[in-house]
Amino acid sequence: MTNNSRGARAWLRRVAGLVRKEFLQIRRDPSSYLIAGLLPLLLLFIFGFGVTLDLRRVPIGFVIEQSTPEANSLLDSFRNSKYFKVQIDRNRQQPEEDLVAGKLKGVVVLAADFSERLGRGETAPVQILVDGSDPNTAGLVMNYAQGVWSNWLEQEALSQADLAAGRNLAPPVYVEQRFWFNPDIRSQNFLIPGSIAIIMSLIGTLLTALVVAREWERGTIEALMTTPVGVSEFLLGKLIPYFLMGMFAMCIAASTAVFMFDVPFRGSIPALLIVSSAFLYAMLPLGLVISTLTKNQFAASQTALIAAFLPAFELSGFIFEIDTMPLAIRLITYLLPARYFVAILQTLFLAGDVLSVLVPGTLALLAFGTALLAVLVRNTRMRLE
Amino acid sequence: MWQRIRTLIIKELLAIWRDPHSRLILIIPPTIQMLVFSFAATQEVKNVRMAVFNQDLGTAARDLVARFDGSPNFTYIEHLGSEQEIAAAIDSRNVIMVVHIQSAFSRKVAQGVPAPVQLILDGRRSNAAQIVAGYAGDIVNRYAMELLDPRHSAPLASVVVTRIWFNPNLEGTWNSVPALVAILTTLMGLVLTSLSVARERELGTFEQLLVSPLSPGEIILGKTLPSLLIGIGEATLMILVGVIAFRVPLHGSLLLLYAAMVVYLFAVIGVGLFVSSLAKTQQQAILGGFVFMVPAMLLSGFASPIENMPDWLQWATLANPIRYFIVIVKGIFLKDLPASIVFQNIWPMAVIGCVTLSCATWLFKHRVE
Repeated sequence: MTNNSRGARAWLRRVAGLVRKEFLQIRRDPSSYLIAGLLPLLLLFIFGFGVTLDLRRVPIGFVIEQSTPEANSLLDSFRNSKYFKVQIDRNRQQPEEDLVAGKLKGVVVLAADFSERLGRGETAPVQILVDGSDPNTAGLVMNYAQGVWSNWLEQEALSQADLAAGRNLAPPVYVEQRFWFNPDIRSQNFLIPGSIAIIMSLIGTLLTALVVAREWERGTIEALMTTPVGVSEFLLGKLIPYFLMGMFAMCIAASTAVFMFDVPFRGSIPALLIVSSAFLYAMLPLGLVISTLTKNQFAASQTALIAAFLPAFELSGFIFEIDTMPLAIRLITYLLPARYFVAILQTLFLAGDVLSVLVPGTLALLAFGTALLAVLVRNTRMRLE
Repeated sequence: MWQRIRTLIIKELLAIWRDPHSRLILIIPPTIQMLVFSFAATQEVKNVRMAVFNQDLGTAARDLVARFDGSPNFTYIEHLGSEQEIAAAIDSRNVIMVVHIQSAFSRKVAQGVPAPVQLILDGRRSNAAQIVAGYAGDIVNRYAMELLDPRHSAPLASVVVTRIWFNPNLEGTWNSVPALVAILTTLMGLVLTSLSVARERELGTFEQLLVSPLSPGEIILGKTLPSLLIGIGEATLMILVGVIAFRVPLHGSLLLLYAAMVVYLFAVIGVGLFVSSLAKTQQQAILGGFVFMVPAMLLSGFASPIENMPDWLQWATLANPIRYFIVIVKGIFLKDLPASIVFQNIWPMAVIGCVTLSCATWLFKHRVE
């Protein structure tokens, strides 16, 4: 019994010693600071400012073949819209060239007989051309242009009162939209929490990917083997310091999102801390696995980029919808910790502590981390072969 | 002189092929990108799950629900039984949209009073939700048009006729495959160049190159041309896969595309040489390449349109060569971009190339002596 507790105390002392050694090394090596402190900030700024799907004054052309009061009032509606920057033309040639060149994203065309047809009580078509080479913008331009047009139609109905002429201006069935959690439809509100998940995938993996590879490269791992340190002490000695570094990076990223980019945070801080810990529990062993397998800093950092960053960026649902992907790729996404973390962070920031998202996601992360740790314990041998 | 450069090029190509790390870079990213990325990297919205909550027993409501059920845009539709289920379905991210038809719907339609259909959308995915709302709006509008019996009422005052140019079905792969050609070309040009110098320096063979009869200019040329050849080769492969496997139309002139590609590769290789003359080890070279690659990729108009960015950032993207090349590749694939517009996008790349290559040459000579 006493023997056992003495053994446990010695074990604990060895872990504490290794953790302290790792912290000293972190303090003396600027590259860890850079990865945990500067890299998340830099990436979050690029993602935060650079990646946004909100149309912000899209350049469109507006062709009025014949100037009439009706045509001009529709033009004014487009000019007053906060989504469009309007360039006016008399004929279609110039704006069509600009559409090919990519200078305009869409063209609204009112034919010469637009007002005449309106006046005669016929259906007057409004033609909208959009540039399909960017499908997302094309879809949004179509939706917004349609919105401007239907508002204009309602206003015309109110102001002209030519309902008396027997014409139907209001459709019998109409749509009312409510966007929950994000009523202003600001894309940054969900892109920034998602990008935190991607940045943390990279940082979590990169932090640990480099360290074991470094020990192998410098031969210090052989020095460790001559000591009583076993596999469990070695792994804990690596995981604890980098876990703390990772949580530090997470705090920086989350507070930047809230205070710099005005993303609301509707969840609770304990929930955020718990899921971030679960995520790091999954990502840090991944880095260790990579560096144990490659035993070389260069290959480790490169594998970390390919194995952590690219899939997190492309397959986590952060910007590209997972439901749209073919089945085979959808199945792969279930193996990505980032997939769960993106969904959890978007929910925590925008919706609150929704247990039906948080609990399954956290359990998946814990399972992923435990499986990796099992692989690690099997593959880490404290002896030369 | 050409003999010497040719030997150096052959030696470079062999070195790249024999080095396991370089071979990895040559094979893994393009394969992953082709298999996964071209399908995944689209903002298309298909196969999303939605739900209907119908509180109305009338025929009008049933008709409308049947239209949602029959729409090819919605393959999975859940039918909710109570108001509480709306929150549960949205909160858990089970569905992206709930269509809520209130109990007075059919009565209003019968009386000719405008009847609302409420869409509740998940704002955590507001971009996809907007597109889904667009699909739902189309269904509701078409239903509304049919309700207007042409015998009893006059036609609608105005309609919108939409034409989508260049990509009529808004296919996601038509957008992602050309972008991929540009990204892969960048990756090859940048990483191979920056690694080749760093590797020679790390192995100590760089000194041997310096004492050979090659002049610094010849060494740079010998380092540049292999990356150029490999970059063009991988891009060609990607173009073939895009046209044959993904059936992306290639409307424009291949000659213009390749001319632009050569200019672009020189610009990127200049960046790669610059990074590698600063880096002392391969690891620094790859991290340096990453530090350039990620912002350049995100700010190229590939992940999200440049027009959406703040003005100061839009100015900064003018110095980003990928920005121009993506316009050219996409334009030549989908739009048959006229030569004049291609040249408008080539000359900024040429300027960037001159700056990066001359900086790299200067730094190169400087660090060598």
